[in-house]
Amino acid sequence: MRLALMADIHANREAFEACLADAAARRAERLVFLGDYVNYGADPDWVVSKIMDFVAKGEAVAIQGNHDSAVAARIATMDSPAESALEWTRNQLGADQRAFLGALPLTLEEGDCLFVHADAAGPSRWTYVTDAADALRSLKATQRRVTFCGHVHRPTVYNMSATLKLVKFRPVPGVSIPLLPQRRWLAVMGSVGQPRDGNPAACWSLVDTARAEITYHRVPYEVEEAAKKIRRAALPEMYAERLAFGQ
Amino acid sequence: MNARVRIQKGAVVDGFLVGDLLHTGGMATLRRVSRPGMSMDMLMKVPALLEGEDPAAIVGFEMEQMILPRLSGIHVPKFVASGDFAVQPYIVMERIDGQTLLQKLDSLPLPYDEVARIGIKVAAALLDLHHQNVVHLDIKPSNILMRESGEAALVDFGLAHHDQLPDLMGEEFRVPYGTAPYMAPEQILGIRTDPRSDIFALGVLLYFFSTGVRPFGDPKGARALKKRIWWDPPPPRRVRPDYPPWLQEVVLRCLEVDPLRRYPTAAHLAFDLAHPDQVKLTARSEKVQRDPWSARVRRRFNPEVRPIALREVAPPRADTPIVMVAVDLDGDADLLEAMRVTVRRLVEIVPGARFAIVNVLKYRRIGIDTTLDDEGRNKHVTRLVELKHWAQPLAIGETRLTFHVLEARDPAEAILEYVASNHIDHVVIGARADSVRRTLLGSVSAEVATKADCSVTIVRPPRAPELPAAAMDGPDPF
Repeated sequence: MRLALMADIHANREAFEACLADAAARRAERLVFLGDYVNYGADPDWVVSKIMDFVAKGEAVAIQGNHDSAVAARIATMDSPAESALEWTRNQLGADQRAFLGALPLTLEEGDCLFVHADAAGPSRWTYVTDAADALRSLKATQRRVTFCGHVHRPTVYNMSATLKLVKFRPVPGVSIPLLPQRRWLAVMGSVGQPRDGNPAACWSLVDTARAEITYHRVPYEVEEAAKKIRRAALPEMYAERLAFGQ
Repeated sequence: MNARVRIQKGAVVDGFLVGDLLHTGGMATLRRVSRPGMSMDMLMKVPALLEGEDPAAIVGFEMEQMILPRLSGIHVPKFVASGDFAVQPYIVMERIDGQTLLQKLDSLPLPYDEVARIGIKVAAALLDLHHQNVVHLDIKPSNILMRESGEAALVDFGLAHHDQLPDLMGEEFRVPYGTAPYMAPEQILGIRTDPRSDIFALGVLLYFFSTGVRPFGDPKGARALKKRIWWDPPPPRRVRPDYPPWLQEVVLRCLEVDPLRRYPTAAHLAFDLAHPDQVKLTARSEKVQRDPWSARVRRRFNPEVRPIALREVAPPRADTPIVMVAVDLDGDADLLEAMRVTVRRLVEIVPGARFAIVNVLKYRRIGIDTTLDDEGRNKHVTRLVELKHWAQPLAIGETRLTFHVLEARDPAEAILEYVASNHIDHVVIGARADSVRRTLLGSVSAEVATKADCSVTIVRPPRAPELPAAAMDGPDPF
């Protein structure tokens, strides 16, 4: 099975569409959405509708991210500039969309894979997995051999040997990484709609479960258009600006 | 855990029929295998996983499992299949019909030309591997096989590093892994990413094969291993007084402590081994003694003279292509000047480039050729002099420049052959301006551009200015 993994779309329609087209061109058979569909970007309605559509048709599974939880919860959990944007997003969405986001599971398990937005050791605490110690904690919290998460917006692959040694690796776009069966793996996705690793191109990953391989792909998209819409919606300027630099 | 199949003669593992034991080593055993429908000669490598075995055997096996399927070409064994640890770990690969260089050890020292020939073959294999983003990190005679067809093939990627894949070895072990006599200084210090480490190891091999002794012996223990960071090896001439200076220059350049002072790529090394008369001799070639103890102390304790690449993270690798400039000395002056302009740009933009300035001396199609021209001068020498004269205004440093006159019936064929055998990265060649001559004689540049497996820049002389007729003929308007 060829799975297309997409995390942190953040209401960026242009980036999301580019990734969907690329995934289709690379013969992905199923979609896995790893949370944070909304906020920052100007198209929450379109993005959430699209995801609901995929899930309804059985073509995708989706889990919840912290932004999805916050939008659904109606509780001010973030600092103020983010809070005003959150309020804007909330108003863009219908009740059914908010209910959909609120009802998403925090984790999904399939075969030897675990899908979670942030840290498997406490999926609702939204801790960032940014170093080997975080990865070790997350890996110890699950029996599944391979964990896929998002939240960090920087593509990283960790693996752990039988002796609990962690190897941290920055994947090279387009180069498949074998998920060696004798090791445990944690793959942190890049972000579709809000990349923060210095590369503005949208990021998604193809997982071939039969070959046990993951390949990170980078897709250029109309950054200017996405930024223009953010400005038009009077969302914080920083949300628009950072798209061009992938920061 | 599932029951393991005992790997012994007659057993069938995933469709592979296990045959004779070929080799037993500390890290793995090799057995011949066959499979119905597959004619390729194959072997199965099974890691040593018994209690008390080196844990590096497992990690090394994982590395090989990752890297080998991603490699291709004549210089590596073809990957066939692999099995994982849950059932039975193994890798099935092509069994290369040929001997390892270990077989040469009884006949050392070898003649100098044979050492150079081996060096050229191994350098070509390293170049191919490095182009595939892999540093071998365990180049030694037992890991080099000479195919029946003549090419060198590299085996055992258990210590290798792939630039685009996780490095399991580097993280798992704090102590550097490698083979003591062949390890580069930076590898001893834990750096696993520099292709020039393989050039160092090949330098050790060339030294060993040409003198019969290993430049750094076979040190035991970390302290003894590190000595090579401060101690230079005895110059080969000290071991064999008739040692050719050019070969000493090449070997000692490979063995430089600082990777920056070694050959930048295996192609540059192969080039020098193939053209002994063009090797620029420096003080290295004349050494008959090791450096005095004071120099060693200085290297060790004065941070200013510590090898640059060992002081910090190695600087980004420079762009170091080999550029072939095919100069038609009979071409017109405009074209020769345009060629110079193009090459000058490259000289300036790519400071790491090396330039081979080449002219093809055409044999006559009919009649007996003599090496002398009508005035009785040696044609070959005359051409060399003219090439040097052409290149002189470019002011390319001596170390970046060589001159070659090829003698051939078909210039395009000669140039293409030169490109292939010298791993040329880029050809600069002029196009005949005169379309009539081009039609009659055929276009060498077009043929080179079509058939060469590297970039080709075709140079044309600048357009003649097209002045309106009136401006030339009419009366001066002022």
